[in-house]
Amino acid sequence: MYLARGAEAVVTLEGNIVVKERIPKKYRLKVIDERIRKERTRAEARLISEARRGGVPTPVVYDIQDFRIEMQYIAGKPVKYIMDEKISEEIGQLVGRLHSSGIIHGDLTTSNMIYYNERIYLIDFGLAYRDSSLEAQGVDVHVLFQTFESSHQNHEKLIASFCQGYRKNFVLADAVIERVKEIEKRGRYA
Amino acid sequence: MKRTVLGIEGTAWNLSAAIVNENDVIAEVTHTYVPPIGGIHPREAAQHHAKFASYVIEKVLEEAEKKGVSLSLIAGVAFSQGPGLGACLRTVATAARALSLSLGVPLIGVNHCLAHIEVGRWKTPARDPVTLYVSGANSQVLAYNMGKYRVFGETLDIGLGNALDKFARSAGLTHPGGPKIEELARKSKNYIPMPYVVKGMDLSFSGLATAATDALTKASLEDVCYSFQETAFSMVVEVTERALAHTGKKEVLLAGGVGANMRLREMLKIMCEERGASFYVPEKRFMGDNGAMIAYLGLLMLNSGNILSIENSHVNPNFRPDSVKVTWINEDELKGDT
Repeated sequence: MYLARGAEAVVTLEGNIVVKERIPKKYRLKVIDERIRKERTRAEARLISEARRGGVPTPVVYDIQDFRIEMQYIAGKPVKYIMDEKISEEIGQLVGRLHSSGIIHGDLTTSNMIYYNERIYLIDFGLAYRDSSLEAQGVDVHVLFQTFESSHQNHEKLIASFCQGYRKNFVLADAVIERVKEIEKRGRYA
Repeated sequence: MKRTVLGIEGTAWNLSAAIVNENDVIAEVTHTYVPPIGGIHPREAAQHHAKFASYVIEKVLEEAEKKGVSLSLIAGVAFSQGPGLGACLRTVATAARALSLSLGVPLIGVNHCLAHIEVGRWKTPARDPVTLYVSGANSQVLAYNMGKYRVFGETLDIGLGNALDKFARSAGLTHPGGPKIEELARKSKNYIPMPYVVKGMDLSFSGLATAATDALTKASLEDVCYSFQETAFSMVVEVTERALAHTGKKEVLLAGGVGANMRLREMLKIMCEERGASFYVPEKRFMGDNGAMIAYLGLLMLNSGNILSIENSHVNPNFRPDSVKVTWINEDELKGDT
Protein backbone atom coordinates (compact mmCIF):
# COMPACT_ATOMS: atom_id res chain seq x y z
CA MET A 1 0.00 0.00 0.00
CA TYR A 2 1.23 3.41 -0.97
CA LEU A 3 1.78 5.81 1.93
CA ALA A 4 3.62 8.87 0.66
CA ARG A 5 5.75 10.29 -2.12
CA GLY A 6 8.23 13.11 -1.67
CA ALA A 7 10.80 14.69 -3.98
CA GLU A 8 13.28 11.97 -3.08
CA ALA A 9 11.55 8.81 -1.98
CA VAL A 10 8.43 6.65 -2.10
CA VAL A 11 7.05 5.16 1.10
CA THR A 12 4.91 2.02 0.96
CA LEU A 13 3.41 -0.39 3.44
CA GLU A 14 4.22 -4.03 2.72
CA GLY A 15 2.35 -6.21 5.21
CA ASN A 16 3.15 -4.49 8.49
CA ILE A 17 6.52 -3.20 7.33
CA VAL A 18 7.12 0.33 6.07
CA VAL A 19 9.45 0.48 3.09
CA LYS A 20 11.09 3.76 2.17
CA GLU A 21 12.87 3.66 -1.16
CA ARG A 22 14.88 6.51 -2.67
CA ILE A 23 13.99 6.80 -6.32
CA PRO A 24 16.57 7.31 -9.09
CA LYS A 25 16.93 10.73 -10.70
CA LYS A 26 17.50 10.64 -14.43
CA TYR A 27 18.99 14.12 -14.57
CA ARG A 28 22.18 13.12 -12.77
CA LEU A 29 24.84 10.59 -13.74
CA LYS A 30 24.17 7.08 -12.51
CA VAL A 31 27.38 7.04 -10.45
CA ILE A 32 26.41 10.27 -8.66
CA ASP A 33 22.79 9.24 -8.27
CA GLU A 34 23.58 5.86 -6.72
CA ARG A 35 26.24 7.27 -4.43
CA ILE A 36 23.93 9.98 -3.08
CA ARG A 37 20.96 7.65 -2.64
CA LYS A 38 23.10 5.07 -0.84
CA GLU A 39 24.76 7.61 1.44
CA ARG A 40 21.47 9.19 2.39
CA THR A 41 19.71 5.89 2.98
CA ARG A 42 22.46 4.80 5.33
CA ALA A 43 22.59 8.17 7.10
CA GLU A 44 18.83 8.22 7.57
CA ALA A 45 18.73 4.72 9.07
CA ARG A 46 21.58 5.61 11.40
CA LEU A 47 19.89 8.79 12.63
CA ILE A 48 16.59 6.98 13.24
CA SER A 49 18.43 4.58 15.54
CA GLU A 50 20.55 7.26 17.19
CA ALA A 51 17.47 9.35 17.96
CA ARG A 52 15.90 6.36 19.69
CA ARG A 53 19.05 5.87 21.74
CA GLY A 54 18.66 9.52 22.77
CA GLY A 55 15.20 8.74 24.14
CA VAL A 56 13.06 9.77 21.16
CA PRO A 57 10.56 7.10 20.08
CA THR A 58 11.21 6.25 16.40
CA PRO A 59 10.38 3.24 14.22
CA VAL A 60 12.67 0.23 14.63
CA VAL A 61 14.81 -0.26 11.53
CA TYR A 62 14.63 -3.89 10.38
CA ASP A 63 16.79 -3.82 7.29
CA ILE A 64 18.79 -1.49 5.07
CA GLN A 65 19.51 -2.27 1.45
CA ASP A 66 21.14 0.00 -1.11
CA PHE A 67 18.37 2.56 -1.47
CA ARG A 68 15.77 1.05 0.82
CA ILE A 69 14.95 1.11 4.51
CA GLU A 70 12.55 -1.39 6.01
CA MET A 71 11.13 -0.31 9.32
CA GLN A 72 8.40 -0.74 11.89
CA TYR A 73 4.95 0.52 11.02
CA ILE A 74 3.62 2.84 13.71
CA ALA A 75 -0.11 2.19 13.53
CA GLY A 76 -1.19 5.37 15.29
CA LYS A 77 -2.59 8.77 14.38
CA PRO A 78 -0.60 11.75 13.11
CA VAL A 79 -0.65 14.25 15.98
CA LYS A 80 -2.02 16.95 13.71
CA TYR A 81 -5.47 15.40 14.23
CA ILE A 82 -5.28 15.33 18.02
CA MET A 83 -3.21 18.43 18.65
CA ASP A 84 -3.70 20.16 21.99
CA GLU A 85 -1.55 21.89 24.60
CA LYS A 86 -0.68 18.69 26.41
CA ILE A 87 0.52 17.02 23.20
CA SER A 88 2.44 20.15 22.29
CA GLU A 89 4.30 20.04 25.58
CA GLU A 90 5.20 16.40 24.93
CA ILE A 91 6.44 17.38 21.47
CA GLY A 92 8.62 19.99 23.16
CA GLN A 93 10.14 17.33 25.41
CA LEU A 94 10.72 15.10 22.41
CA VAL A 95 12.46 17.76 20.34
CA GLY A 96 14.45 18.73 23.44
CA ARG A 97 15.81 15.20 23.68
CA LEU A 98 16.52 15.09 19.96
CA HIS A 99 18.47 18.35 20.06
CA SER A 100 20.31 17.27 23.22
CA SER A 101 21.53 14.27 21.21
CA GLY A 102 22.92 16.59 18.54
CA ILE A 103 20.36 15.62 15.90
CA ILE A 104 18.37 17.98 13.70
CA HIS A 105 15.22 16.47 12.20
CA GLY A 106 15.00 18.92 9.30
CA ASP A 107 11.27 18.55 8.67
CA LEU A 108 9.39 18.80 11.96
CA THR A 109 5.68 18.90 11.21
CA THR A 110 2.66 17.58 13.05
CA SER A 111 2.26 15.05 10.21
CA ASN A 112 5.67 13.57 10.95
CA MET A 113 4.70 12.72 14.53
CA ILE A 114 2.55 9.69 15.24
CA TYR A 115 0.62 9.17 18.47
CA TYR A 116 0.72 5.48 19.33
CA ASN A 117 0.45 3.60 22.65
CA GLU A 118 0.42 6.88 24.57
CA ARG A 119 3.73 7.92 23.12
CA ILE A 120 4.70 10.24 20.29
CA TYR A 121 6.88 8.71 17.58
CA LEU A 122 8.99 10.85 15.34
CA ILE A 123 9.12 9.63 11.72
CA ASP A 124 10.71 10.65 8.39
CA PHE A 125 14.36 11.42 9.02
CA GLY A 126 14.94 12.04 5.31
CA LEU A 127 16.27 15.56 5.91
CA ALA A 128 17.86 14.86 9.29
CA TYR A 129 21.51 15.55 10.02
CA ARG A 130 23.93 15.93 12.93
CA ASP A 131 24.40 19.50 14.09
CA SER A 132 24.55 21.10 17.52
CA SER A 133 24.48 24.74 16.44
CA LEU A 134 21.86 27.18 17.71
CA GLU A 135 21.09 28.16 14.14
CA ALA A 136 20.23 24.60 13.05
CA GLN A 137 18.15 23.97 16.18
CA GLY A 138 16.44 27.33 15.72
CA VAL A 139 15.48 26.57 12.13
CA ASP A 140 14.22 23.13 13.19
CA VAL A 141 11.91 24.66 15.82
CA HIS A 142 10.92 27.51 13.50
CA VAL A 143 9.73 25.06 10.84
CA LEU A 144 7.58 23.33 13.47
CA PHE A 145 6.08 26.61 14.67
CA GLN A 146 5.14 27.41 11.10
CA THR A 147 3.09 24.23 10.86
CA PHE A 148 1.44 25.16 14.16
CA GLU A 149 0.51 28.51 12.64
CA SER A 150 -0.69 27.14 9.32
CA SER A 151 -2.70 24.16 10.60
CA HIS A 152 -3.78 24.86 14.17
CA GLN A 153 -6.01 27.66 15.43
CA ASN A 154 -4.66 28.19 18.93
CA HIS A 155 -1.07 28.26 17.81
CA GLU A 156 0.10 30.79 20.39
CA LYS A 157 -0.86 28.51 23.25
CA LEU A 158 0.63 25.54 21.44
CA ILE A 159 3.92 27.38 21.03
CA ALA A 160 3.93 28.32 24.72
CA SER A 161 3.39 24.72 25.83
CA PHE A 162 5.96 23.45 23.34
CA CYS A 163 8.50 25.80 24.92
CA GLN A 164 7.67 24.50 28.41
CA GLY A 165 8.36 20.92 27.32
CA TYR A 166 11.43 21.91 25.33
CA ARG A 167 12.97 23.64 28.37
CA LYS A 168 12.47 20.53 30.50
CA ASN A 169 14.72 18.40 28.32
CA PHE A 170 17.18 20.81 26.77
CA VAL A 171 19.52 23.14 28.65
CA LEU A 172 19.97 25.51 25.71
CA ALA A 173 16.22 25.81 25.09
CA ASP A 174 15.98 29.51 25.90
CA ALA A 175 18.84 30.44 23.60
CA VAL A 176 17.20 28.45 20.78
CA ILE A 177 13.83 30.13 21.36
CA GLU A 178 15.57 33.52 21.16
CA ARG A 179 17.14 32.46 17.88
CA VAL A 180 13.75 31.36 16.52
CA LYS A 181 12.47 34.91 17.01
CA GLU A 182 15.41 36.26 15.04
CA ILE A 183 14.92 33.71 12.25
CA GLU A 184 11.27 34.73 11.95
CA LYS A 185 12.33 38.30 11.33
CA ARG A 186 14.61 37.25 8.51
CA GLY A 187 11.67 35.91 6.56
CA ARG A 188 13.54 32.91 5.26
CA TYR A 189 12.47 29.24 5.38
CA ALA A 190 8.90 30.35 4.76
CA MET B 1 -0.35 55.78 -21.18
CA LYS B 2 2.68 53.56 -21.49
CA ARG B 3 5.27 54.56 -18.96
CA THR B 4 8.93 54.46 -19.85
CA VAL B 5 11.70 53.81 -17.32
CA LEU B 6 15.47 54.05 -17.61
CA GLY B 7 17.41 51.45 -15.63
CA ILE B 8 21.09 51.07 -14.84
CA GLU B 9 22.81 47.83 -13.89
CA GLY B 10 26.32 47.73 -12.48
CA THR B 11 26.55 45.25 -9.60
CA ALA B 12 29.69 43.57 -10.92
CA TRP B 13 31.50 43.58 -14.25
CA ASN B 14 28.68 44.54 -16.56
CA LEU B 15 27.64 48.18 -16.84
CA SER B 16 24.41 48.45 -18.75
CA ALA B 17 21.71 51.07 -19.23
CA ALA B 18 18.34 50.40 -20.81
CA ILE B 19 15.05 52.09 -21.50
CA VAL B 20 11.90 49.95 -21.46
CA ASN B 21 8.14 50.23 -21.48
CA GLU B 22 5.74 47.46 -20.54
CA ASN B 23 5.89 45.98 -24.04
CA ASP B 24 9.55 45.84 -24.82
CA VAL B 25 13.10 47.06 -24.49
CA ILE B 26 13.37 50.33 -26.42
CA ALA B 27 17.13 50.69 -26.15
CA GLU B 28 19.99 49.09 -24.26
CA VAL B 29 23.67 50.00 -24.18
CA THR B 30 26.26 47.90 -22.36
CA HIS B 31 29.91 48.41 -21.64
CA THR B 32 31.64 45.49 -19.96
CA TYR B 33 34.68 45.62 -17.68
CA VAL B 34 37.13 42.97 -18.84
CA PRO B 35 39.95 42.23 -16.39
CA PRO B 36 43.32 42.17 -18.19
CA ILE B 37 44.32 39.21 -16.00
CA GLY B 38 42.60 37.09 -13.32
CA GLY B 39 39.07 37.81 -12.13
CA ILE B 40 37.04 40.93 -11.37
CA HIS B 41 39.00 43.49 -9.37
CA PRO B 42 36.30 45.39 -7.44
CA ARG B 43 38.05 48.76 -7.47
CA GLU B 44 38.94 48.56 -11.13
CA ALA B 45 35.43 47.47 -12.02
CA ALA B 46 34.08 50.51 -10.14
CA GLN B 47 36.55 52.80 -11.93
CA HIS B 48 35.41 51.31 -15.22
CA HIS B 49 31.78 52.04 -14.33
CA ALA B 50 32.62 55.59 -13.28
CA LYS B 51 34.44 56.16 -16.55
CA PHE B 52 31.69 54.79 -18.77
CA ALA B 53 28.49 55.64 -16.84
CA SER B 54 27.88 58.87 -18.71
CA TYR B 55 28.69 57.13 -22.00
CA VAL B 56 26.11 54.33 -21.59
CA ILE B 57 23.46 56.77 -20.35
CA GLU B 58 23.98 59.30 -23.16
CA LYS B 59 24.11 56.56 -25.74
CA VAL B 60 20.95 54.82 -24.53
CA LEU B 61 19.07 58.13 -24.49
CA GLU B 62 20.31 58.85 -28.00
CA GLU B 63 19.11 55.47 -29.27
CA ALA B 64 15.73 55.85 -27.59
CA GLU B 65 15.40 59.30 -29.16
CA LYS B 66 15.90 57.73 -32.58
CA LYS B 67 12.94 55.47 -31.80
CA GLY B 68 10.78 58.42 -30.85
CA VAL B 69 11.20 58.20 -27.08
CA SER B 70 12.50 61.56 -25.96
CA LEU B 71 14.02 62.47 -22.62
CA SER B 72 10.79 64.09 -21.47
CA LEU B 73 8.94 60.76 -21.68
CA ILE B 74 11.11 59.06 -19.07
CA ALA B 75 8.98 58.57 -15.97
CA GLY B 76 11.56 57.13 -13.59
CA VAL B 77 15.18 56.12 -13.09
CA ALA B 78 15.90 52.67 -11.68
CA PHE B 79 19.24 51.30 -10.48
CA SER B 80 20.44 48.05 -9.01
CA GLN B 81 20.69 48.81 -5.30
CA GLY B 82 22.26 45.43 -4.47
CA PRO B 83 23.43 42.79 -3.91
CA GLY B 84 26.80 43.38 -5.52
CA LEU B 85 30.25 44.86 -5.15
CA GLY B 86 29.99 47.93 -2.90
CA ALA B 87 32.19 50.22 -4.97
CA CYS B 88 30.38 49.32 -8.20
CA LEU B 89 26.97 49.79 -6.61
CA ARG B 90 27.89 53.22 -5.26
CA THR B 91 29.13 54.39 -8.64
CA VAL B 92 25.95 53.36 -10.40
CA ALA B 93 23.74 54.74 -7.61
CA THR B 94 25.46 58.12 -7.90
CA ALA B 95 24.77 58.23 -11.63
CA ALA B 96 21.14 57.23 -11.07
CA ARG B 97 20.57 59.85 -8.36
CA ALA B 98 22.05 62.59 -10.53
CA LEU B 99 19.89 61.58 -13.46
CA SER B 100 16.74 61.31 -11.36
CA LEU B 101 17.32 64.80 -9.89
CA SER B 102 18.13 66.43 -13.19
CA LEU B 103 15.10 64.90 -14.93
CA GLY B 104 12.90 65.53 -11.92
CA VAL B 105 11.52 61.98 -11.96
CA PRO B 106 11.30 59.32 -9.19
CA LEU B 107 14.27 57.16 -8.23
CA ILE B 108 13.66 53.40 -7.93
CA GLY B 109 15.97 51.03 -6.04
CA VAL B 110 15.84 47.58 -7.58
CA ASN B 111 16.93 44.29 -6.04
CA HIS B 112 19.19 42.70 -8.63
CA CYS B 113 18.07 39.08 -7.92
CA LEU B 114 14.40 39.94 -8.26
CA ALA B 115 15.12 41.77 -11.53
CA HIS B 116 16.46 38.49 -12.95
CA ILE B 117 13.19 36.75 -12.00
CA GLU B 118 10.91 39.50 -13.27
CA VAL B 119 12.63 39.80 -16.64
CA GLY B 120 12.10 36.03 -16.99
CA ARG B 121 8.40 36.35 -16.14
CA TRP B 122 8.22 39.15 -18.71
CA LYS B 123 10.07 37.45 -21.55
CA THR B 124 8.90 33.83 -21.12
CA PRO B 125 5.43 32.36 -20.47
CA ALA B 126 6.43 31.59 -16.83
CA ARG B 127 3.85 33.06 -14.42
CA ASP B 128 4.50 31.68 -10.96
CA PRO B 129 7.75 29.73 -11.22
CA VAL B 130 10.36 28.30 -8.93
CA THR B 131 13.44 30.23 -10.10
CA LEU B 132 16.93 28.82 -10.14
CA TYR B 133 19.18 31.86 -10.17
CA VAL B 134 22.82 30.94 -10.74
CA SER B 135 25.42 33.58 -11.49
CA GLY B 136 28.94 34.44 -10.44
CA ALA B 137 28.11 35.67 -6.97
CA ASN B 138 24.60 34.31 -6.44
CA SER B 139 23.08 30.85 -6.32
CA GLN B 140 19.54 30.77 -5.04
CA VAL B 141 16.27 28.94 -5.47
CA LEU B 142 13.39 31.39 -5.08
CA ALA B 143 9.63 31.32 -5.34
CA TYR B 144 6.84 33.77 -4.63
CA ASN B 145 4.71 33.18 -1.56
CA MET B 146 2.45 35.60 0.28
CA GLY B 147 3.89 38.98 -0.61
CA LYS B 148 7.54 38.07 -0.95
CA TYR B 149 9.95 36.08 -3.03
CA ARG B 150 11.15 33.47 -0.55
CA VAL B 151 14.58 31.93 -0.70
CA PHE B 152 14.04 28.17 -0.48
CA GLY B 153 17.68 27.28 -0.83
CA GLU B 154 20.94 29.09 -1.46
CA THR B 155 24.67 28.74 -1.38
CA LEU B 156 26.26 28.82 2.05
CA ASP B 157 29.56 30.07 0.68
CA ILE B 158 30.35 31.13 -2.91
CA GLY B 159 28.17 31.31 -6.00
CA LEU B 160 28.29 28.54 -8.59
CA GLY B 161 29.78 30.87 -11.24
CA ASN B 162 32.40 32.00 -8.78
CA ALA B 163 33.31 28.37 -8.06
CA LEU B 164 33.65 27.70 -11.80
CA ASP B 165 35.79 30.82 -12.23
CA LYS B 166 38.02 29.99 -9.26
CA PHE B 167 38.67 26.54 -10.65
CA ALA B 168 39.17 27.92 -14.16
CA ARG B 169 41.83 30.33 -12.92
CA SER B 170 43.74 27.59 -11.13
CA ALA B 171 43.54 25.52 -14.33
CA GLY B 172 45.02 28.41 -16.32
CA LEU B 173 41.81 29.27 -18.18
CA THR B 174 40.94 32.94 -18.67
CA HIS B 175 37.94 34.82 -17.26
CA PRO B 176 35.08 34.01 -17.59
CA GLY B 177 35.82 30.34 -17.07
CA GLY B 178 32.31 28.89 -17.42
CA PRO B 179 32.11 28.62 -21.23
CA LYS B 180 35.62 27.15 -21.45
CA ILE B 181 34.82 24.55 -18.77
CA GLU B 182 31.64 23.65 -20.63
CA GLU B 183 33.53 23.09 -23.86
CA LEU B 184 36.20 20.95 -22.21
CA ALA B 185 33.58 18.95 -20.28
CA ARG B 186 31.96 17.92 -23.54
CA LYS B 187 35.10 15.96 -24.41
CA SER B 188 34.89 13.67 -21.38
CA LYS B 189 32.67 10.89 -20.08
CA ASN B 190 34.91 9.90 -17.21
CA TYR B 191 33.51 10.89 -13.84
CA ILE B 192 35.85 11.50 -10.91
CA PRO B 193 34.09 11.59 -7.51
CA MET B 194 33.67 15.16 -6.18
CA PRO B 195 32.07 16.50 -2.97
CA TYR B 196 28.30 16.77 -3.42
CA VAL B 197 27.18 19.16 -0.70
CA VAL B 198 23.45 19.68 -0.25
CA LYS B 199 22.43 20.50 3.33
CA GLY B 200 18.69 20.36 3.53
CA MET B 201 17.85 22.97 0.91
CA ASP B 202 21.21 24.75 0.93
CA LEU B 203 24.29 24.31 -1.18
CA SER B 204 28.04 24.66 -0.81
CA PHE B 205 30.49 25.02 -3.71
CA SER B 206 33.78 26.12 -2.21
CA GLY B 207 34.88 22.58 -1.29
CA LEU B 208 34.01 21.46 -4.80
CA ALA B 209 36.20 24.17 -6.33
CA THR B 210 39.11 23.09 -4.13
CA ALA B 211 38.57 19.38 -4.85
CA ALA B 212 38.49 20.07 -8.59
CA THR B 213 41.74 22.03 -8.37
CA ASP B 214 43.37 19.17 -6.44
CA ALA B 215 42.09 16.62 -8.96
CA LEU B 216 44.06 18.35 -11.72
CA THR B 217 47.24 16.70 -10.45
CA LYS B 218 45.81 13.23 -11.07
CA ALA B 219 43.35 13.59 -13.91
CA SER B 220 42.97 15.31 -17.26
CA LEU B 221 41.50 18.81 -17.44
CA GLU B 222 38.58 17.49 -19.53
CA ASP B 223 37.69 14.85 -16.93
CA VAL B 224 37.84 17.36 -14.09
CA CYS B 225 35.69 19.90 -15.95
CA TYR B 226 33.15 17.19 -16.69
CA SER B 227 33.07 15.94 -13.10
CA PHE B 228 32.84 19.46 -11.68
CA GLN B 229 29.88 20.33 -13.89
CA GLU B 230 28.03 17.07 -13.33
CA THR B 231 28.37 17.40 -9.54
CA ALA B 232 27.55 21.08 -9.21
CA PHE B 233 24.61 21.00 -11.61
CA SER B 234 23.12 17.88 -9.98
CA MET B 235 23.18 19.75 -6.68
CA VAL B 236 21.32 22.83 -7.94
CA VAL B 237 18.79 20.74 -9.88
CA GLU B 238 18.11 18.67 -6.77
CA VAL B 239 17.35 21.75 -4.68
CA THR B 240 15.16 23.15 -7.46
CA GLU B 241 13.19 19.90 -7.51
CA ARG B 242 12.74 20.01 -3.75
CA ALA B 243 11.38 23.54 -3.98
CA LEU B 244 8.92 22.38 -6.67
CA ALA B 245 7.75 19.52 -4.45
CA HIS B 246 7.51 21.79 -1.43
CA THR B 247 5.61 24.64 -3.07
CA GLY B 248 3.50 22.56 -5.44
CA LYS B 249 4.38 24.98 -8.26
CA LYS B 250 4.48 23.74 -11.84
CA GLU B 251 7.05 25.95 -13.54
CA VAL B 252 10.82 26.35 -13.39
CA LEU B 253 12.59 29.49 -14.58
CA LEU B 254 16.33 29.59 -15.11
CA ALA B 255 18.14 32.89 -14.51
CA GLY B 256 21.69 34.20 -14.24
CA GLY B 257 24.84 33.91 -16.32
CA VAL B 258 25.54 30.25 -15.48
CA GLY B 259 22.14 29.51 -17.05
CA ALA B 260 23.85 29.80 -20.44
CA ASN B 261 25.32 26.34 -19.85
CA MET B 262 23.59 23.76 -22.06
CA ARG B 263 24.28 20.80 -19.77
CA LEU B 264 22.59 22.60 -16.87
CA ARG B 265 19.59 23.32 -19.08
CA GLU B 266 19.42 19.70 -20.17
CA MET B 267 19.42 18.45 -16.57
CA LEU B 268 16.68 20.89 -15.55
CA LYS B 269 14.64 19.88 -18.57
CA ILE B 270 14.87 16.18 -17.64
CA MET B 271 13.91 16.93 -14.03
CA CYS B 272 10.92 19.03 -15.13
CA GLU B 273 9.75 16.34 -17.55
CA GLU B 274 9.89 13.74 -14.79
CA ARG B 275 7.79 15.96 -12.52
CA GLY B 276 5.42 17.23 -15.19
CA ALA B 277 6.59 20.83 -14.76
CA SER B 278 7.24 23.40 -17.49
CA PHE B 279 10.75 24.71 -17.96
CA TYR B 280 11.52 28.23 -19.16
CA VAL B 281 14.74 29.90 -20.20
CA PRO B 282 14.78 33.54 -21.37
CA GLU B 283 16.87 34.47 -24.39
CA LYS B 284 20.55 34.89 -23.65
CA ARG B 285 20.60 38.71 -23.44
CA PHE B 286 18.24 38.53 -20.44
CA MET B 287 20.13 35.75 -18.64
CA GLY B 288 23.32 37.53 -17.57
CA ASP B 289 23.35 40.96 -15.94
CA ASN B 290 21.57 43.50 -18.12
CA GLY B 291 20.11 46.99 -17.83
CA ALA B 292 16.75 45.94 -19.28
CA MET B 293 15.86 43.80 -16.26
CA ILE B 294 16.60 46.69 -13.89
CA ALA B 295 14.53 49.09 -15.99
CA TYR B 296 11.68 46.57 -16.23
CA LEU B 297 11.43 45.81 -12.50
CA GLY B 298 11.85 49.56 -11.96
CA LEU B 299 8.78 50.08 -14.14
CA LEU B 300 6.76 47.50 -12.16
CA MET B 301 7.82 49.14 -8.91
CA LEU B 302 7.05 52.64 -10.15
CA ASN B 303 3.59 51.52 -11.26
CA SER B 304 2.96 50.14 -7.77
CA GLY B 305 4.25 53.27 -6.01
CA ASN B 306 7.48 51.66 -4.81
CA ILE B 307 10.00 54.51 -5.09
CA LEU B 308 12.92 55.87 -3.05
CA SER B 309 13.76 59.25 -1.64
CA ILE B 310 17.34 60.35 -2.30
CA GLU B 311 18.02 60.19 1.48
CA ASN B 312 17.01 56.53 1.57
CA SER B 313 18.80 55.46 -1.57
CA HIS B 314 21.89 53.92 0.05
CA VAL B 315 23.19 50.88 -1.74
CA ASN B 316 23.14 47.53 0.02
CA PRO B 317 25.87 45.04 -0.98
CA ASN B 318 24.00 42.26 0.90
CA PHE B 319 20.51 43.22 -0.27
CA ARG B 320 18.40 40.09 0.27
CA PRO B 321 15.63 39.39 -2.22
CA ASP B 322 13.41 38.05 0.58
CA SER B 323 13.56 41.42 2.36
CA VAL B 324 11.65 43.15 -0.44
CA LYS B 325 7.91 43.62 -0.10
CA VAL B 326 6.52 42.68 -3.51
CA THR B 327 4.16 45.50 -4.43
CA TRP B 328 3.80 44.63 -8.11
CA ILE B 329 2.15 41.20 -8.00
CA ASN B 330 -1.59 40.80 -7.70
CA GLU B 331 -2.08 37.41 -6.07
CA ASP B 332 -5.51 36.81 -7.57
CA GLU B 333 -4.11 37.35 -11.04
CA LEU B 334 -1.25 34.99 -10.29
CA LYS B 335 -3.67 32.25 -9.27
CA GLY B 336 -5.95 32.94 -12.22
CA ASP B 337 -3.07 32.62 -14.65
CA THR B 338 -1.72 29.27 -13.53
